[in-house]
Amino acid sequence: MQAIFVTSLTKRYGETLAVDDISFEAPRGATIGLLGGNGAGKTTTIAMLLGLLVPSSGEIRMLGHDMRTDRFAALARMNFSSPYVALPHRLTVAENLRVYGHLYNVRNAERRIEELAAELDLGALLHRPAGDLSAGQKTRVALAKSLINRPDVLLLDEPTASLDPDTGDLVRSWLERYQAESGCTILLASHNMAEVERLCSDVLVLKRGRIVDRGTPGELLERYGQDNLEEVFLDIARDRATKEHAT
Amino acid sequence: MMQASTRRIWGLMYRHIALYRNSWPRLVELAYWPILQMCIWGFTASFLASRQGSPAALAGGALLGGVLLWEVSLRSQMGMSITFLEEIWSRNLGHVFVSPLRPMELVAALIGMSALRMLAGVIPAILLAWALYAFNLFSVGPILVLYFVNLMMMGWAVALAVVSLILRHGAGAEALAWSVLFGLTPISAVFYPVSVLPAWLQPVARAVPASHVFEGMRAALATGIIAWHEMGWAVGLNVIWLLGAAWLFAAQFHAARTRGALLSIGE
Repeated sequence: MQAIFVTSLTKRYGETLAVDDISFEAPRGATIGLLGGNGAGKTTTIAMLLGLLVPSSGEIRMLGHDMRTDRFAALARMNFSSPYVALPHRLTVAENLRVYGHLYNVRNAERRIEELAAELDLGALLHRPAGDLSAGQKTRVALAKSLINRPDVLLLDEPTASLDPDTGDLVRSWLERYQAESGCTILLASHNMAEVERLCSDVLVLKRGRIVDRGTPGELLERYGQDNLEEVFLDIARDRATKEHAT
Repeated sequence: MMQASTRRIWGLMYRHIALYRNSWPRLVELAYWPILQMCIWGFTASFLASRQGSPAALAGGALLGGVLLWEVSLRSQMGMSITFLEEIWSRNLGHVFVSPLRPMELVAALIGMSALRMLAGVIPAILLAWALYAFNLFSVGPILVLYFVNLMMMGWAVALAVVSLILRHGAGAEALAWSVLFGLTPISAVFYPVSVLPAWLQPVARAVPASHVFEGMRAALATGIIAWHEMGWAVGLNVIWLLGAAWLFAAQFHAARTRGALLSIGE
């Protein structure tokens, strides 16, 4: 069974097609990268996978659960992190994590919070208000929140946006380690091509709501004859031909 | 061990209780208006009683009872609406809606917070009315609990409609959280009987659950007799109002998920 199974997914707002008939699947333990410029449909796709947005048509099955009819069973085994969705600023880090421990019905939530605090170096921050933290600290707290229920599927929307290179690298290393240990499936939307290249086993390239290319990072580099995904991204964004097409 | 559903409801309530624990101005604000209202109307009633004697004292008692009980509805409605708005203001709704929290569990948590906020605001005002004016609202007897419950239910029905409008129109509709129930005051028989209203307005007032509670309260204060038929009307109307509000909420929640409004509700 696939962890993520998407068939003919479409989202239309009036005349605008935000996501146009995309299909993909992700086996357990895979890290899938969603690549695309602004307005390509990444956030809309993630919102539909999370049940925040009802698709116009198509099917989404997360961990075997149909998101139209059984989304809460899937949501209990998923989680999400984005720098664009905040945690309540006036609550301390520990209180925030406790809230989500309850919402996800985590057993031994206090022990889980201690584990996450140790692993993500949050011990000194637990009793500070979330609003007083730096961007890097907030990202680590958001990551802790997204792992509170030991998710089987983790959706990350630009998890290292606005982080300095050192903190960004720490977060990426931690994600790699967590995935190796847990076998969790990760869907990662990012503008950071080095991050996608490093973390993702497969990449879906979105443009104007459609999947215009897909493959492993190596396959994409080979296909476009480039040294890095940054150049591949520019080739696709600017409609430059692939190596195969050019020759 | 709490059931999963109870725990999710408690989780959202805990988030708001923690907010109040960390913010004394929020706690003060809860009791500020009920106490202020109590002082203004309490002194007015005392003044009238000192000039006009026994009939005015009776009317003053009804006035104070009206003020205190109307605060139950107002605080319940505001407590529920503002708790939801707090999630919007803190940009936390995205996390809440992608958790396994069901929409009706969200409503249950909002109701729980509304009850806590109402009690934190109204109980000090009731105690103050007793201390300053020797007005004991509890003298109407155990029926007071049913008055409270009915007025809370009406507050929740209105709040659920307000939350639905916020889901429909975004934060632009947030002013309704403070204003909408005040607009129902003239037809809720809080300070005067329904019979005072023009004939054409009386059926409208009779459709408001609170009007039956206040008619019943005045009868209880004046004669000591409980008007059970008024209580029956209040309960029946509240059930209808709550069912209507729940339907509106469910419809607007689904519409918000379809339009993508949950992604941009704070804007």
